[in-house]
Amino acid sequence: MATIKIDIVTAERSVFSEEVDIVIAPGIDGELGILPRHTPLMTALKPGEIIARKGTDEYSLVVSGGFLEVRPERVIILADSVERAEEIDISRAEEAKRRAEQRMTEKYEPGFDAARVEATLQRALARMKVAERHRKRRRRL
Amino acid sequence: MANIRLISRRIKGVRNIAKITRAMEMVAALRMKKAQERGLAGRPYSEKITEVIASLAALPQAGEILHPLLERREVKKIAVVHITPDRGLAGGLVGNINRKTISLIDEQKVPVTMVTVGRKGLDAMRRYGQDIRAEFTRLGDAPGLIDTLPISRIIIDDFSNGLVDVVYLAYSRFVSTAVQRAEIVQLLPVEPAEMPASQNVEYIYEPSAGAVLDGLLTRFVEMRISHGILESIASEQSARMVAMRNATENANELIIDLTLAYNKARQESITTELLDITGGAAALTQA
Repeated sequence: MATIKIDIVTAERSVFSEEVDIVIAPGIDGELGILPRHTPLMTALKPGEIIARKGTDEYSLVVSGGFLEVRPERVIILADSVERAEEIDISRAEEAKRRAEQRMTEKYEPGFDAARVEATLQRALARMKVAERHRKRRRRL
Repeated sequence: MANIRLISRRIKGVRNIAKITRAMEMVAALRMKKAQERGLAGRPYSEKITEVIASLAALPQAGEILHPLLERREVKKIAVVHITPDRGLAGGLVGNINRKTISLIDEQKVPVTMVTVGRKGLDAMRRYGQDIRAEFTRLGDAPGLIDTLPISRIIIDDFSNGLVDVVYLAYSRFVSTAVQRAEIVQLLPVEPAEMPASQNVEYIYEPSAGAVLDGLLTRFVEMRISHGILESIASEQSARMVAMRNATENANELIIDLTLAYNKARQESITTELLDITGGAAALTQA
């Protein structure tokens, strides 16, 4: 079966590079499932989970935003930040979520930037979701 | 006698200097290795993003989606992001980059404002009486994107609001351990690289080519600044390592010369003493 090469890079390091069967990524206009020989595509990403499957192996990563480029034989993700599911610090994500929610209720303070707080909240939620799923999966195995 | 003691004190002093410079050399060598690795780690990202921007800018509809960060205007004011180390003792590195930036400033007919990164450059620009828009110091050995974002924020905002019309980036390019070159490049407006026509692929853009370009250009500028800083750090550590190695070698040579002088002086004093004694003894037997 044909495979597709996926590279995930951030400005600071190269995080992930592997030949896989399918890549699933959170595009700004909805989830994308990318198989080999996909048509060239360029999209922004929103915070969420990137899944790469190869046979029965599944890799799970959380991305906080960035860009995805698809070519027929390659997928390149230019990420703002990426963590592998097993690297996620759940307590930190929970703390960030709590702070963001608190700031939402105190809206009318000077310097309040609704879009930024919302983005922070989305990132925290994405991290928690991916970490949670990763934990469940491990228990099943 | 006084002379001998003086020389021996000097030898001890020089020996201590050699110990210190040797230690500094080893510290710099270690940091250099890490800094070089960090510089290289970001390379795939920078190659990729450069390529994507080139292909976006080459699009037929590029004219319509002209982005503010690509806009070329009449130049009325210039900003320079000047990257230097916080500390000295790095050979000619600091002097080279400062001289380069100052000669750039002198060439300009319009006002130049500075954004300095690092103490050494800040001090030099203050002495030179330059207008300083912002200063950043103590970024440490391994500044991440988080630490450098405020710098790019100021630059991008000033450029977008029309406060400055061109932005240059002055940094020390890391060529090799022995060679670091002071370099000035244009940061804004962004000049997309030329794209070989054969490589141009028709993409589907989501949500739109304009939105993708917008996000990518901002990140491109952030990345250039962050890489400029990382390269400058690698250059700084290499320059310091070489400077300290030379200092250690010079100190060791000095120790050899001084030891020779010391032994000569010692021997001379012994000879004089012996002459005194034998002279005295001869005088006694004669009497």
